[in-house]
Amino acid sequence: MIGITHYLVVSAILFTLGVLGIFMNRKNLIVILMAIELILLSVNLNLVAFSQALGDLVGQVFAMFVLTVAAGEAAIGLAILVIYFRGRGTIAVDDVNRMKG
Amino acid sequence: MIQVLAFYLFAAVVIASAALTILSRNPVHAVLWLIMAFFNAAGLMLLAGAEFIAMLLVIVYVGAVAVLFLFVVMMLDIDFAELRAGVVRYAAVGAALAVALAAEIVIAVGAWQAGGLSLGRRLAPVDAETPNIEAIGKLLYSRYLLAFEAAGLVLLVAMIGAIVLTHRQRGDVHRQKVGRQVRRRAKDAVRKTNPTVGQGVEL
Repeated sequence: MIGITHYLVVSAILFTLGVLGIFMNRKNLIVILMAIELILLSVNLNLVAFSQALGDLVGQVFAMFVLTVAAGEAAIGLAILVIYFRGRGTIAVDDVNRMKG
Repeated sequence: MIQVLAFYLFAAVVIASAALTILSRNPVHAVLWLIMAFFNAAGLMLLAGAEFIAMLLVIVYVGAVAVLFLFVVMMLDIDFAELRAGVVRYAAVGAALAVALAAEIVIAVGAWQAGGLSLGRRLAPVDAETPNIEAIGKLLYSRYLLAFEAAGLVLLVAMIGAIVLTHRQRGDVHRQKVGRQVRRRAKDAVRKTNPTVGQGVEL
């Protein structure tokens, strides 16, 4: 039978893949944003699994709020990406530190 | 039995597509794999009985966020080959970090299994009678109404922020000025003259 541990293992693997994605594609801002989406997906999976295991609906309500914030974050992140690309002609985030000042 | 099969199918596809998302050379493929991962995660959540979140994932994530990614990837003219340059160099450090993180998570799950976890009191106990979506709707519009409206505000701010950030006034384009058009009267634009023959009109 499928228990909460199965879900936790899947979401742990997803989380680790997301972190690995951030480190592997350090130049490509789009893939970094996608990796962050993967991490948030794993968090949502955790919340839903615990909500199911403990018989409490609040976990699913919280997962919905996480989804909301993730959607807003993706929109703002992509907007920043677009204006960064417009100004510099590249999205390599290695030299973002020039933005300071 | 079919539940177990479905779980392993969804879990395997979700992990495979997540791996392909971060490994793809072409970001368009990466977005498509991300969509695949979201679909299968929605399947996993359906198996857990969270129908509302599963549908939200399909509609909001696949329908809006992933398509937004797709738009941005396709609209920007980016040299992706150049961006891939450091991948091999970063992969070793990243893999080491990922392995450490995975080990920590495994240890944490082990510790949780040893101790066990139980809630003294359920805030919103699952009722087998009411469907999942109905129960969540009741909860959202009663106890979590303020949080729900705050979530709407977050989305509004994100929307306005994205528009303000990406909007630009271009100087080299002539635009229709509706106000000036409407304000213009016939007496400013039209003049009646009665020219004599051979004289013509002075403008």
